[in-house]
Amino acid sequence: MTELVEPATARRWCDRCGEPADAGAHAACQAARELEPPRYCAHCRRRMKVQVVPTGWSAVCVEHGESRG
Amino acid sequence: MPEILDQARTRVLENGVGLDEAGVLAVLNLPDEHLPAALQLAHEVRMRWCGPEVEVEGIVSLKTGGCPEDCHFCSQSGLFTSPVRSVWLDIPALVEAAKQTAATGATEFCIVAAVRGPDARLMKQMREGVAAIKAEVDIQVAASLGMLTQEQVDELVEMGVHRYNHNLETCRSYFPNVVTTHSWEERWETLTMVRESGMEVCCGGILGLGESVEQRAEFAAQLAELDPHEVPLNFLNPRPGTPLGDRPVVEGKDALRAIAAFRLAMPRTILRYAGGRELTLGDLGTRDGLLGGINAVIVGNYLTTLGRSATDDLKLLDELKMPVKALSATL
Repeated sequence: MTELVEPATARRWCDRCGEPADAGAHAACQAARELEPPRYCAHCRRRMKVQVVPTGWSAVCVEHGESRG
Repeated sequence: MPEILDQARTRVLENGVGLDEAGVLAVLNLPDEHLPAALQLAHEVRMRWCGPEVEVEGIVSLKTGGCPEDCHFCSQSGLFTSPVRSVWLDIPALVEAAKQTAATGATEFCIVAAVRGPDARLMKQMREGVAAIKAEVDIQVAASLGMLTQEQVDELVEMGVHRYNHNLETCRSYFPNVVTTHSWEERWETLTMVRESGMEVCCGGILGLGESVEQRAEFAAQLAELDPHEVPLNFLNPRPGTPLGDRPVVEGKDALRAIAAFRLAMPRTILRYAGGRELTLGDLGTRDGLLGGINAVIVGNYLTTLGRSATDDLKLLDELKMPVKALSATL
């Protein structure tokens, strides 16, 4: 994954399930993310606007900007 | 050799007549030790009646999420607590996606929208998008926009959309367990209009929705009756927040049995690997399916989830000595 925007704030949330990042290992989420784009902003837990295209994806958080993969 | 495979060798391979529902069920019930023989026969049928070419397609979501329908497998329904948000793709990004798809060697580019049926805004976006793609990219354009009116069918033909996808998803008897906001028959009506318009019919579904093996056979028989140009075969990828989010994925051998059975039911159709194969079959199973009746793939990502890289799929086709169908062969 190539992050275009990486805010200084810590990644507090799981970007797949939106639960606190420190609440468990999120191993299943990490495995699932191999075949999924992120859905939640890891910095603020907002649901992101995600567009998947044949060769990649982009995810936009209204507060923390866009990431791509 | 099981009797059903002997029968299929004559009926399907030699005469080109697909298995009926009972025959499909017999294939779906074959014990594991006979699965390689079923796949081998399905491969021979595919080579005899379709040839070695593989049709490569890319798909993109023009309008994601916020769908008013309740298809229980779908993360884009606005009725479930799925994390998928509504988003529209603009025309430049649509054209870029078509270019990227064409660069893989794909001949098909399917534009998909999560809707019950298209409204005026979506049809306008389609009109502009298809025109822009045709002006810049050498690729066939297909569409999947839900249920259509006759006027919308005519309009899509006028735009130059050559194939329309509308999946029945599952058999008629199980459909009410999966979708309650519209009926199987409504989907069939759209498919009938599409066929009569001259557009190619693309219609498949998803295995692993909770249907029985008998209902899988029923589904194959109903698809065979429809006789679509293409059948995309999906395997459920359980999505968080959907009613089917906790269902198990289809077991790999069951998926391969289904591939062989669907090929033996429809010897001449384009049988395409669609969503879920990465989860259900992995790399090895993907190869087995291509040697067991599959003759088309969706390359790259899906609508809301990610797929194998196009490079990996094309490398595999090269190893299997299966040429990618050329654009000229489809025109």
